[in-house]
Amino acid sequence: MIKVALTVNGTEQSAEVEPRTLLVEMLRDKLGLTGTHVGCDTSQCGACTVHLDGRSIKACTILAVQAAGRNVTTIEGIANADGTLHPMQAAFREHHGLQCGFCTPGMVMSALALVERNVGKAIDETTIRHELEGNLCRCTGYHGIVQAIAAGAKAMGR
Amino acid sequence: MYAFDYQRPNALAEAAKLFGDGEDASYIAGGQTIIPTLKQRLRRPSVVIDLGAIPEMQGITVSAATVTIGAMTCHADVAASADVRRAIPALAALAALIGDPQVRNRGTLGGSIANNDPAADYPAALVGLGATVHTSQRQIGAEEFFTGMFETALQPGELVVKVVFPVPKRAAYKKLCNPASRYAVVGVMVAETASGIRVAVTGAGPSVFRVPAMEAALTTSFAADAIKRIAVPAADLNGDMHATPEYRAHLIGVMAARAVAEIA
Repeated sequence: MIKVALTVNGTEQSAEVEPRTLLVEMLRDKLGLTGTHVGCDTSQCGACTVHLDGRSIKACTILAVQAAGRNVTTIEGIANADGTLHPMQAAFREHHGLQCGFCTPGMVMSALALVERNVGKAIDETTIRHELEGNLCRCTGYHGIVQAIAAGAKAMGR
Repeated sequence: MYAFDYQRPNALAEAAKLFGDGEDASYIAGGQTIIPTLKQRLRRPSVVIDLGAIPEMQGITVSAATVTIGAMTCHADVAASADVRRAIPALAALAALIGDPQVRNRGTLGGSIANNDPAADYPAALVGLGATVHTSQRQIGAEEFFTGMFETALQPGELVVKVVFPVPKRAAYKKLCNPASRYAVVGVMVAETASGIRVAVTGAGPSVFRVPAMEAALTTSFAADAIKRIAVPAADLNGDMHATPEYRAHLIGVMAARAVAEIA
């Protein structure tokens, strides 16, 4: 076992894990942060998307020990301290950017990363669809998701 | 995954020593291939050696004549580098089309070429631009580096440290993406370099290859029409549920023509 210490949603956390433990397993099973979902477990679907030092990654395709000492943000770290939704979360609700909701945490984390990556550029439908290539919605609810991200980006001042 | 030990050395020599000491050691770079492989229990290393803390393998350096990229540089950093975009825009564009954003934030140049997946994009860039691979032991020309499907000239324990790309006069890369996974069904890099016109194809065969007939035709006339009638034999190309060898042969012509048209 290895002790892995890292910052999750602004709080220092640590846990004893095996070298083979995935980051998503540590988040869910050791830290109780079950908002990050495991969909395919084969690096395709993006339901497990979190931010590592501000950049979107698939938490099922990185060892927990590789995130030691770094900053991880999960879906639980997005809302405001008083519990009100982040503008991107609010846009997903407003524009019905979900059907079953399983992919939603990964979609929101990817949406926030794409807004960050496209500073100074137009966040139009083409951009959103291209930048969502790493996230799959098994309900095929993409239309609402794309609308939600466009509205969320706007609400974030973009 | 089977259980394994984990090491994160700070120096190349230490990494090589750990590899030599291990019964069946494996390196991990960005992990976008090795972690899925471990999950499927296709490999059972005794120790996994993380290359993320070795300084020589990091960073991008651009001079008038070359672009040098450390093996641990992720695809997103190559795609976003203002220096790479200025010196070799085709290389930045290629990196921007690998996989998806999350994969590009983890996957690395060194990991990609050491794996030599037949559908990887980077081999076309290395061979198309005439790059040199600097390893922990020697320098290897791109065409000597890629030796076959998932095979390279690397010896056990030998590491890719960096890749040096000569700046071409002009270059373009075009590919047909697999609609689900975005890998190259066929990808073609066309470049005019100091050593002449080069056409390198990935995705179509067991490993990256050049097309001398197209290179000769483009040397005479650098126009999409010049290669219109050049057919690449389908006999040695890959066939699977996504594309037959004949379709891949056809796509080589289409992608090469699109690349030429972009820079002609």
